[in-house]
Amino acid sequence: MKQSLSRLGAIIKKEARQLSRDRLTFGMVFGLPIIQILLFGYAINTDVRNLKTAIVDQSGTHLSQQFVAELRETQVVNIIETVSSPADLENLLRRGRISIGVYIPDDFDRRVVDRTRSAVQLMVDGSDPTILGVANQLRAMTIAFDSTPTTLPQQQLLEIRPYYNPERRTPVNIVPGLMGVILMMTMMLFTAVAIVRERERGNLELLINTPVSSAELMIGKVTPYIAIGLVQLAIILGAGMLLFDVPVRGSIVDLYIAGSAFIGANLALGLLISTATNTQFQAMQVTVFILMPSILLSGFMFPFDGMPTIAQYIGEVLPTTHFIRLTRGIMLREAPLHELSKDFYYLLAFTLIAMTIAAMRFSKSLD
Amino acid sequence: MTSEFAIEAHGLSKSFGDLRAVTALDLKVPKGQIYGFLGPNGSGKSTTIRMLCGLLTPTEGSATVLGTEIPGNSSLLKPRIGYMTQKFSLFGDLTVRENLQFIAEIYSYPRQERSARIGDLLQKYDLIPRAGQLAGTMSGGQKQRLALACAVLHHPDLLLLDEPTSAVDPQSRRDFWANLFRLAEAGTTIMVSTHYMDEAERCHRLAILDRGIKVADGTPTDLQAQTGMNIIEVSAEDPYAAQSVLAKLKEVASVTQLGVRLRVLIPEQFGDPVEIVRTVLAAHQLPARTSVTEPTLEDVFVAVTMKADDVS
Repeated sequence: MKQSLSRLGAIIKKEARQLSRDRLTFGMVFGLPIIQILLFGYAINTDVRNLKTAIVDQSGTHLSQQFVAELRETQVVNIIETVSSPADLENLLRRGRISIGVYIPDDFDRRVVDRTRSAVQLMVDGSDPTILGVANQLRAMTIAFDSTPTTLPQQQLLEIRPYYNPERRTPVNIVPGLMGVILMMTMMLFTAVAIVRERERGNLELLINTPVSSAELMIGKVTPYIAIGLVQLAIILGAGMLLFDVPVRGSIVDLYIAGSAFIGANLALGLLISTATNTQFQAMQVTVFILMPSILLSGFMFPFDGMPTIAQYIGEVLPTTHFIRLTRGIMLREAPLHELSKDFYYLLAFTLIAMTIAAMRFSKSLD
Repeated sequence: MTSEFAIEAHGLSKSFGDLRAVTALDLKVPKGQIYGFLGPNGSGKSTTIRMLCGLLTPTEGSATVLGTEIPGNSSLLKPRIGYMTQKFSLFGDLTVRENLQFIAEIYSYPRQERSARIGDLLQKYDLIPRAGQLAGTMSGGQKQRLALACAVLHHPDLLLLDEPTSAVDPQSRRDFWANLFRLAEAGTTIMVSTHYMDEAERCHRLAILDRGIKVADGTPTDLQAQTGMNIIEVSAEDPYAAQSVLAKLKEVASVTQLGVRLRVLIPEQFGDPVEIVRTVLAAHQLPARTSVTEPTLEDVFVAVTMKADDVS
């Protein structure tokens, strides 16, 4: 019994010592929970505010201005633009620039008095049910002339028009985002261990003694995975369409072009991890560290607009955020790729930069 | 540029932080010979080999390897050297043939000659029955043969072998050396590190490293002739007692027990060594037979590493 305790103590002491010397694990033990709880604690907030909104006020009366001011006061919307026609609103909605379009027709004042028709139309990006739910809260808003009789049966002030997902089915929103998350997970994991594995097995020492260059090695490593990624994309897409009836309203070619850029970005990121770590286990740890925010802060789980600013900044850096915007735009809002070019170019730039850093970090020496 | 030396190193040093792995190493390795690097683990053998093939950048000093300056553009050198690591560095999840094919492609071996070359190597290194086997499932000796085949596939002028025989059985070691001689005969310069004395004896020339410092170099015969030690073999009835008595003598440089025999090293300046040993053993009533014998490389090794101790 005493001996057993002494042996047990020896193991515990050894583990603790090793743990304290593995700085990455040590950092993970303390850093991971603190960072994640702060980040996600604030980000995971279904009480969404500050949804990006554009407005068309064709009446321009005192009352309509008062209405807009009250709308602003709810803090649910963040009016970023004023345009001139409902078509402009639809355009912005399709490009993913706004989540809500507010249309105030020119006979706004008359409609407020004569409540046979709604006075204001809210065009809402229904591809995210949370946003739709928040928009519905706005229905409680009222506005009236002091003299308006309140006894008459009234049509609601606001009419909600959900775009892109009128049936409000969750899979329609989830599947395009899921494509991003699944692709990211597999692609990044594959390449994160790619270089480290060679290092652990001693193959790297042989490889860097051959005439092969860093760039050749990096590109050669990721190329097979591009094909794997494209196959995965087809599987997820096929399952989404067959099993969940997820629409692909835009061009499937656009979707594949966007997908290739996203696959490239994740492979490059994986390689970067691989050149920065020394063991496969460390590579896995770092991958998980990036995986969590990619799921939670990319707009996949929670509306991007509703997240605190710092979480939005982090989300903007992650390739998954941009890809999810692309897939939702192309698949649900029928947006052509050139209208979403900002996100697409970000993915290309990310791939290029990460790949370059990875090739530079990987020097052909053991120093 | 034609030089009779494949490697010429001047003041090559390498430090890892505070640790001096190799200190001011001068080397001249003649072409077409097998040059041995003898030293215990941690003596700087691997570090030196890695510096010579450009894997590590020397902290100080320089070397000319096959006419290329080190440190410098070692990419010019890569196609002309073959390198075999301690761990053999094979791809365990590829078959023997696939490993060779990969190496052939990496070195851009002429496409039309590839399969002939691979077939030739499989035959030469007795790997034909293993061609389809995964490299990871082979024995130490088989892995070693494959690693050598991979290292020589592109006909390198210089072969750097880092303790190639530490993980294999004696028969494999003999076969391995037969292969090395065949390669040297064909004109390949071979630098091989080892901690086995019998292997060191097979080299044309060798250098002995001790804690990063070259303590001796030359042909094995020269080194044995220049130990500056007399070697006395003592067969005692009580070797343990005899050893403890002899080890206390100031004239005795070292005593090693080999079964019932003792090998006693006495520096030449101390006069008749047999007399010294006999006197002290008789004084302690320890019956023993003594005889003078020829120094082996192991004696050379003990002698030179001891000198280094005196200096430090």
